[in-house]
Amino acid sequence: MRISFYLNGKQTHVDVPPGRKFVDVLREDLGLTGTKECCGAGECGACTILVDGQARLSCLMAAAQLQGRRVTTIEGLAADGSLHPVQEAFIEYGAVQCGFCTPGVVLAAVHLLDRNPDPTREQIREGLSGNLCRCSGYVKIVDAVEAAATKMRGGTPQ
Amino acid sequence: MSMKMLEVGCPMPGFDARAKVTGEEKYAADQSREDTLWAGAKRAGIAHGIIRGIDTSAARALPGVFAILTRKDITGTNRQGIVHKDQPVLAGGKVRHCGDPVALVLAEDRDILKNALSLIRVDFEPLPGVFDPEKALEPEAPRVHETGNLLQKAVISTGNAMESFNECDIVVEDSFVASGQEHAFLETENGLAWREPDGKIVMIVSTQAPFRDRFEIAHALGLEVDAIRVIGPYLGGGFGGKDGSTVQCLLALAALHAGGRPVKMWWEREESFIAGYKRHPVKMRYRLGAMRDGTLHALQCSLFYDTGPYAHLGVEVMALGMEHAGGPYRIPNTFVEGWCVYTNNPISGAMRGFGVCQVAFGIERMMDLLASKLGMSRLDIRLKNALLRGDRNCSGVVLVHSTGIVPCLETLGRHSLWMESSKWKGAAGPFKRRGVGIAAVFNAMGYGRGIPDSAIAKVELTREGKIRVYSGVPDMGQGNASAFVQFAGEILCQNASRMELILPDTDRTHPSGSSSAGRTTYTYGNALILACKELKEKLLHRTALMLMLDEARGLTLLPGKVKHLPSGREVPLDLIGRTFPETDRIVVNQFVMPVAQDNVNTGKEFKIGFPHVLFSYAAHLAYVEVDELTGKIDVKGYLAVTEGGRIINPLGFEQQVHGAVAQGIGYGLMEEVLLDEGRILNPNFTNYIIPTSLDIPEIATVSVEMVESTGPFGMKGIGEVGTNGPLPAIAGAVEDAVGRRLNRSPLTAENILCAM
Repeated sequence: MRISFYLNGKQTHVDVPPGRKFVDVLREDLGLTGTKECCGAGECGACTILVDGQARLSCLMAAAQLQGRRVTTIEGLAADGSLHPVQEAFIEYGAVQCGFCTPGVVLAAVHLLDRNPDPTREQIREGLSGNLCRCSGYVKIVDAVEAAATKMRGGTPQ
Repeated sequence: MSMKMLEVGCPMPGFDARAKVTGEEKYAADQSREDTLWAGAKRAGIAHGIIRGIDTSAARALPGVFAILTRKDITGTNRQGIVHKDQPVLAGGKVRHCGDPVALVLAEDRDILKNALSLIRVDFEPLPGVFDPEKALEPEAPRVHETGNLLQKAVISTGNAMESFNECDIVVEDSFVASGQEHAFLETENGLAWREPDGKIVMIVSTQAPFRDRFEIAHALGLEVDAIRVIGPYLGGGFGGKDGSTVQCLLALAALHAGGRPVKMWWEREESFIAGYKRHPVKMRYRLGAMRDGTLHALQCSLFYDTGPYAHLGVEVMALGMEHAGGPYRIPNTFVEGWCVYTNNPISGAMRGFGVCQVAFGIERMMDLLASKLGMSRLDIRLKNALLRGDRNCSGVVLVHSTGIVPCLETLGRHSLWMESSKWKGAAGPFKRRGVGIAAVFNAMGYGRGIPDSAIAKVELTREGKIRVYSGVPDMGQGNASAFVQFAGEILCQNASRMELILPDTDRTHPSGSSSAGRTTYTYGNALILACKELKEKLLHRTALMLMLDEARGLTLLPGKVKHLPSGREVPLDLIGRTFPETDRIVVNQFVMPVAQDNVNTGKEFKIGFPHVLFSYAAHLAYVEVDELTGKIDVKGYLAVTEGGRIINPLGFEQQVHGAVAQGIGYGLMEEVLLDEGRILNPNFTNYIIPTSLDIPEIATVSVEMVESTGPFGMKGIGEVGTNGPLPAIAGAVEDAVGRRLNRSPLTAENILCAM
């Protein structure tokens, strides 16, 4: 089945079985390996992408569901070469360790800050509670998202 | 890339962080090649049984199945294992746990692979299994191996423990059970392998030990070591679970039968649970004797380590647990017995905290018990007995290196979380009870005596004028690769934009041991420092020649150049790089970790891995709130004071402590591999719960900065010690809150409610 969608701002067509897992379309058919797969069951959040700006789990989506949608993967977040403030903050605040959860957490955070530009630390924790990280203990991820929020609102992070 | 200077002691963002945050970094799982086959293993599905036959005919008939391999296709020993080679690559005669692989399928894609695996029929004659380490030692117990179920019995003793109990004013006894734990790294076990036209097997694999992998593969499959090349990119987590062969031997076998095509193997989450390694479940019995003033005098304990059907590093894990069974305390008389036992449970192996997490639960709860019987403060009794440099520890080793448990405990005692703990407890809301617990923990560094803990570092000035570090030891997320770049940048005065890093590759880098044991940054870092100092001298000498100077005095390295300070003349590094041949621009140097020199007259059963002489220390504090109605525990606050020598990167230090504490909280509160006759009941993240962002509190992280004079820039490894504190600290806090001692981990709501 021919499926057309906007991927990181570009019109994209793939010819795949309609039920093919979208994470496989991204990673195997299109070579975009920034999106990770860790559990294949919607439990860990590592395969998070943005679909029409909303955080979605690409391991639970069939290719046909993406017809006509706008998809952003981690590769598309800094497509013009300049990093998103969330990405910058993840680097600066040490929120990246092994990094395998990072693309999913970053995209979940982007969606969180889109919904709530000024979240409390507790709200950040709630907003990211669907994304498992085994390295960090989450403290620095919360630090980074908090700092990115401040910066995106035009302030100076502490 | 950052223009920030690489200096030791400053907070440094990871050298790899940018590539990871943009999705550019290629992990093993992200590797692909044209025309790749998928490989997968048919797992036993039963815990113990004789293989009467394997019917692969239906699977072979499936279009798209390339090959199906069984035991008879293996021409080597078919035995893998790091020290004890007791684990088959493919089981032929019998299976010893549910995850044993009995056949290997190569297929055109993953769907065909799954179908083919489901079509393979294995005819088993089921055998009775054994699932408890103590029962496995009974004479009539089913035998996991023909040699019996006892893998290793050992004793570590000092003084005269049995008689010294008579001299004690007080003796306390208790028993404990510590659960198994899944590593739950996000990138499950995987790799991609192919055979070069010359026959060499190349493998890109998520591994903690690429150089050792070659030996395991070669031994198991009957290959020459130099016919295998292992490439180890950044890992998506490891924590010990990728130390030793996971996919390696199966994948190499697949590559041998793939007709030159690449083969990919990537375990799904459930397979990772079933076939992967676990933290050892341990049963512990403790007896601790002291004088009326709280001075410890005698310790006796018995430890039963359930290693599952294969050794992996079971004996070494037990050795380290026994070595730490008395905690970071002075106890003149000790008698620690350990049994490392085969069962038909999943395979236990290396995991962060390596046997120590479990005994920390035991000894720290004994210290709390003793404090309460003597009416002493939990902090005071620990301080009174805490090891000092120059003391002999519970294994009879004299501590001749940095020994920071006393300043850790003192710092905890001065911290507001400790000072204000009564006030915090008093402010509990309705139906909530609050408690505070502490733990003093330590963790050895390095392989211990018997295996040189060695690394060989290589550093190069490239023709383009960059400094290139060749790392021989993987980075599983702990940040050692960034530390290596930082060390080289510090010594050679460069910023990150002028640095290059080659990740482990057995054809390009040098053997440097495994990424494990709190030794990764310490050992390779020391080798690298030696190499960088030598390179610096070399470069200044060559520059002196270029500037027609009689000697190198007055020359200094600066970012991208060498400058002659007296005259102001400069030579760019790329010019030096292009002027001199490779041998003038490369240095290789090596380092071996010091070992205990004491002639300890105990633990002789351990030919390797005992004893140790370098330790990191920590004192932890947990604030816990228990819901009276549901038994649910929330960790509301946490303090980790750590002594790991000098901090080379405060950001990296905090990352390691936070992560270790989080894994320890998971281990303490929720993580348990639930087993029914060896079958895992919760092999997925739906039922095996690891902490989310809502389960981990803010973590106050304090460093007691002592200098470890043998460490690179004074540092020690701190990746593991933090994992050992949470379970005992939380258990102590729960007792403080509800007045009940819980001696079985994890401390789930159900356990608490039953105890209340």
